[in-house]
Amino acid sequence: MALIQSLTKLLIARIDEYLDAISEGMIVFQKGLQNYLDNKTDEFEERIALVDQYESRADKLRREIENQLYSHSLIPEMRGDVLGLLEHLDDIIDVAKETLTQFSIEVPDIPMELTEDFASLGNSSVQAGQELVSASRAFFRELSRVKDHIHKVYFFEKETDRIATTLRMKIFRRDMKLSRKMHLRDVAVNVAKISDEAENVADRLSIYTIKRSI
Amino acid sequence: MLLFFLSSGLFLGWSLGANDAANVFGTAVGSRMIKFKTAAIICGVFVILGAVIGGSGTSETLGKLGSVNELGGAFTVALSAAVAIFVMVRIKLPVSTSQAIVGAIIGWNFFAHRSTDITILTQIVGTWVICPILAGVIAAFLYIIVRFVVNRSSLHLLRQDQFTRYGLIIVGAFGAYSLGANNIANVVGVFVPSSPLHSFAFPLIGTFSGTQQLFLLGGISIAVGVATYSKGVMETVGSNVVKLTPLAALIVVMAEATVLFVFASKGLNAFLTAHGLPPVPLVPISSSQAAIGALVGIGLVRGGKGIHYSLLGKISLGWIATPILASIITFFALFFMQNVFNQTVIAPDKATVEIQLQKKEPLIETSAKTDLHSKKKLNSYIRQHPGCTAFEKSSSQVRHILTNSIDHLMDIKGFDKKTIRSGFLYLL
Repeated sequence: MALIQSLTKLLIARIDEYLDAISEGMIVFQKGLQNYLDNKTDEFEERIALVDQYESRADKLRREIENQLYSHSLIPEMRGDVLGLLEHLDDIIDVAKETLTQFSIEVPDIPMELTEDFASLGNSSVQAGQELVSASRAFFRELSRVKDHIHKVYFFEKETDRIATTLRMKIFRRDMKLSRKMHLRDVAVNVAKISDEAENVADRLSIYTIKRSI
Repeated sequence: MLLFFLSSGLFLGWSLGANDAANVFGTAVGSRMIKFKTAAIICGVFVILGAVIGGSGTSETLGKLGSVNELGGAFTVALSAAVAIFVMVRIKLPVSTSQAIVGAIIGWNFFAHRSTDITILTQIVGTWVICPILAGVIAAFLYIIVRFVVNRSSLHLLRQDQFTRYGLIIVGAFGAYSLGANNIANVVGVFVPSSPLHSFAFPLIGTFSGTQQLFLLGGISIAVGVATYSKGVMETVGSNVVKLTPLAALIVVMAEATVLFVFASKGLNAFLTAHGLPPVPLVPISSSQAAIGALVGIGLVRGGKGIHYSLLGKISLGWIATPILASIITFFALFFMQNVFNQTVIAPDKATVEIQLQKKEPLIETSAKTDLHSKKKLNSYIRQHPGCTAFEKSSSQVRHILTNSIDHLMDIKGFDKKTIRSGFLYLL
């Protein structure tokens, strides 16, 4: 009994730390994108390193939670769903890291007129991810509030799609080389990818929530 | 000899433990919330406690229905109930030990020319009908409350899991206690009137009555059934038959345990009577049917989808078919036990014994003289025909069995013994 008590306490703390890592990783991604758009190269490189750290930490925590849940047979009827949720949340921070790394390696040449569009695309995409983290917290602690956050995930995903479409139209209507246009489009699609991942996880979370309610 | 006669009851107890423990700990073990070893220990201990402490109420009710006053009769009644359960299981109809034992007791009453108390019988059958309904109502009520609390609380999923585990252990222990208290009557209840066990007193603790010793033996047989054979049943119940969340399973066990307790508790009955409320009949009920009732209750609150109403029809059929089958089997089994195996299955009434004692002396003398005469004749025949001893012995046994059987049938049908017997012997 005492073992389960202390293990439960430890795992609750680990899950919270994991969700914190995802959430903070996305904030750092947003700041990194802004640094890149503002041409603050040093700060941008620092942000990449920080996102990398958050991603590694999230991976480590996820593995620890998985091991503990299975080795001590905790939440037997829900652990598959919980692990699915944690693994898909991990995909979001992976995408954030890959996108910033793409900026670092490919150094896309963004015209001054489009920086604001890129910034708002990043903000909207990260908002969707943040709402998903809040929905996940509610799934663990306050089931009735999951819906409140999930509908916001869907809203920001749509908003991100709308901004991305406008941005791509602007890119392809500008007088630039086709290769540059395609490069910028590719980068914009990757920035919007966070919200797409968030939407996928939100779909799963809706089902998990129905299964969890008795 | 007592243990031999008790064997049929202990077998019933073993099968009850093997099957019905799954109603208490099935989902908890099947969903890996509790280890089988933990469940078996808790279940065994609390079943024995329930049987010894609270098992007398339901046994008294069965005693009122029919007091099987001879060990051989009690053995046959319990064995017949077991055979009836086996037959019902083979034809895939829901069966309950309680219904089989009640049917078997009625079979004994019929065989022994004892009248069956219709008021008690009505009370028992009424309880069988009410039991799943009451379990359903309790489960639905608990489900609404728990759902409201869980959906509005900010309890972490892992913390909820931890509390559910504790709950499953506590409610499981309560369920096992109630199962022992309510169902021990099915196991050894019929042996109570004919039990030769005597009370003995423990200094400082109190008296351990013969009935309690019987209940202890029955409780141990249930616990052995749990330990040796219930693992497979628990895993099937928990993982294959009905998919329940551990929290919903907790509610089902709570509802089932409450119903078993209500229909077994003398204390609760005394409390109700003291407060001017109508008493609850103390009747052995089916834990499986209580569990099904609880599941239906939850299913109805959820919107009524996925309930197999045909199963409910089958259960109602079991209420009628099981006792009838058990009583028929018992009647024939008692007939064979008495006439083929020469076992006493009915002890004569006190009044009959007194009348016989007044008339018996000259009869004994006459029969002793006749016996002596026939023995002398037989011995001289054996001396003359040494090869015929075995044949003569077996034919004498057959004659004895046939005479007894005919006498008994004539008793039941109310025929004139002298005429029929002389006619029959003439035919032979």
